[in-house]
Amino acid sequence: MKVTAQPSADILTLLLDGELDASSAIVLDTELAKPDILNYRKVLVDCAKLSYISSAGLGVFISHLQRFQDAHVKLVFFNMQEKVFNVFEILGLDALMTIVPSATEAEAV
Amino acid sequence: MKSALRIACSRSHLQQVRDFVRTYLNSRQLPEITINQVVLAVDEVVANFIIHANGEDESQFLDLELTFENHDLNVEIADHGNTIFLPPPHQSPNLHDYIRQGRKGGMGMTLVNRLMDRVVFFTRGNHTVCHLSKHLN
Repeated sequence: MKVTAQPSADILTLLLDGELDASSAIVLDTELAKPDILNYRKVLVDCAKLSYISSAGLGVFISHLQRFQDAHVKLVFFNMQEKVFNVFEILGLDALMTIVPSATEAEAV
Repeated sequence: MKSALRIACSRSHLQQVRDFVRTYLNSRQLPEITINQVVLAVDEVVANFIIHANGEDESQFLDLELTFENHDLNVEIADHGNTIFLPPPHQSPNLHDYIRQGRKGGMGMTLVNRLMDRVVFFTRGNHTVCHLSKHLN
């Protein structure tokens, strides 16, 4: 699992590459836990190369969501593969998180 | 056809488990989403066995066995430790509470129960065994 951060003005884009499971979730958790992430207006998560997510990966996003909301930082997922979106759907997380098809739509949120 | 895998109780082996299940199912011309759902269910149970039942003790090991017959997939996951690990009866999580509390865990077995047709934990001697099954068209 590789997480690449691309800052641009008040938006931070995180590119996820690989499989997010109980072994690799710590990599993402470390990135989202950085204090200065709350200085951005939006955190966009590019899921194009995220090929798998387990409950440990979902748990990382859930555990930071309230902190982001309290700081008025929008967390937006885009380019999500259908099989990964399906995992969000099974738990009902698609209704609680902002997931859009493309980068253009993510920037417009 | 039966296929088996033995791994040490380390979460670093989860990738190997997923690859093992994917390889087993890939030849059966199933939709990618269906394969991912089964892979996810097995991964969640194995992670629970590794982390909660065996405390990530790499001297312990797990055995996985997959069988596929008449469109029914059956999975057996068994440990060899001496701690019986029987998850409590399943309850759906309140995700709003989880978000408010910043919880990281507690959704794995919900996924497993929603993805598989049958989920059973039982003991064999002083070991823990899980059987998962799903009808695959």
